[in-house]
Amino acid sequence: MAEIQEGGGGGKKGGKKRAKKQSTRIDMTPMVDLAFLLLTFFVLTATFSKPKSMELTFPAPPDPNQKVEEVKKGITFLLSKDDRIFYYEGQFRAADDEKGTKTTLTELSFSQDKNGLHKFLLDKNKEMQDQVRALDIKHKNKQLADTTFKRMVREVKANKESYTYLIKTDDKATYKNVIDVIDELNVNVVGKYVMVDILKPEMDLVTEKVGTN
Amino acid sequence: MSKKPSKGGAPALDMTPMVDLAFLLVTFFMLTASFRMAEPVVVDPPSSIGQVDLPDNHIMVTIDKDGRAFFGISNSTAKMNALRQMAAKYKVPFTEQQIVKFSGLPSFGVDIKDLPAYIDAKEEARQNFKGQKGVPLDTITPNNQLKDWISIGGTEAVKMYEEAKLKAADAGGEFKAEKPRYAIKCAATTKYIFVKDVIKTFTDLKLYQFNLITSLEGGGTVIDPTK
Repeated sequence: MAEIQEGGGGGKKGGKKRAKKQSTRIDMTPMVDLAFLLLTFFVLTATFSKPKSMELTFPAPPDPNQKVEEVKKGITFLLSKDDRIFYYEGQFRAADDEKGTKTTLTELSFSQDKNGLHKFLLDKNKEMQDQVRALDIKHKNKQLADTTFKRMVREVKANKESYTYLIKTDDKATYKNVIDVIDELNVNVVGKYVMVDILKPEMDLVTEKVGTN
Repeated sequence: MSKKPSKGGAPALDMTPMVDLAFLLVTFFMLTASFRMAEPVVVDPPSSIGQVDLPDNHIMVTIDKDGRAFFGISNSTAKMNALRQMAAKYKVPFTEQQIVKFSGLPSFGVDIKDLPAYIDAKEEARQNFKGQKGVPLDTITPNNQLKDWISIGGTEAVKMYEEAKLKAADAGGEFKAEKPRYAIKCAATTKYIFVKDVIKTFTDLKLYQFNLITSLEGGGTVIDPTK
């Protein structure tokens, strides 16, 4: 690797005229070895990125005295074991009544195919996404300031006419499924979603679909 | 024969720039390195597009795939004070050395009765500590230690933050630290029902905002219109 100095630098050829010049060169090989050793160690032990996180706000438990309003445009996701996901729209109905028919579950999947959650949300949320996309283009072309852009996206997300999504899980769903759903909602610029406890009749419907064990 | 073969011995090569660079890198990595002890469990969080960095000042509950909960506070002073209060509340005696040693430990997952033994254990032994069943968080019986840890730890962390803020205001300097946040780190394969228990513990304490720790997913696009 490094050049090995054999003998002094000066005072070769007999050392006739000049005063004997002492060499200032030192063998740096061990030092360089050590430097690379340390370098390797620190490179390998370095942790580059801090963990990323997603911020999530859970709802405060409702006041028992307060009358619960019926969610008008609501979609409920029900998560179960083996990464299975179901949804139904609107209020839960155990049987047909004057306002609507009995609730049935439709299955979705976490994949990107036509039956996937991504596609489903894309269709449901088309209008808002178009708005956000238009804003995004303006923002990229520097027609909108950062703060204005953020505020306007928030306004779009808070759209009263948009769907509210409820996420419920049974006992066997995994944490990953929940994160995936929230992630997908974020990707599809859904502003209103909430985690809620599953109700007994909903649980029964899911169990009917996936079986008990 | 235009050139005569070089004399014996290695060809000289100027290595100064390479050595300079090597030392520059060594210095960089040494200064940026932060050492920490191994966490008691390895938890593999799911991936998401979440872009928010985990705040430095945090109170973290880790849930492993078996549903065991581990608790940790990033601020070591707050951690020591929290332990003192917990010791008084649960009447478990700790020596001053144990308290100091505790402040340097990462998160822990033992009942407070086993905590003194856990602190005294060697680092290797700590990994396989037999009482490591997670911090008790029974939401029905009154033995919800996690709740007390979060409540006391949270109060202490906020106190530390306020003190630091006052100190910075007195000194006239700029104050950069952020308020402590509550973080939940959970393995992807954990059953959600365990997470629900932990979240219930938080919401019982009227804490509703969390940072859920996730690993970064490749390519964080907001909208993909083509699909």
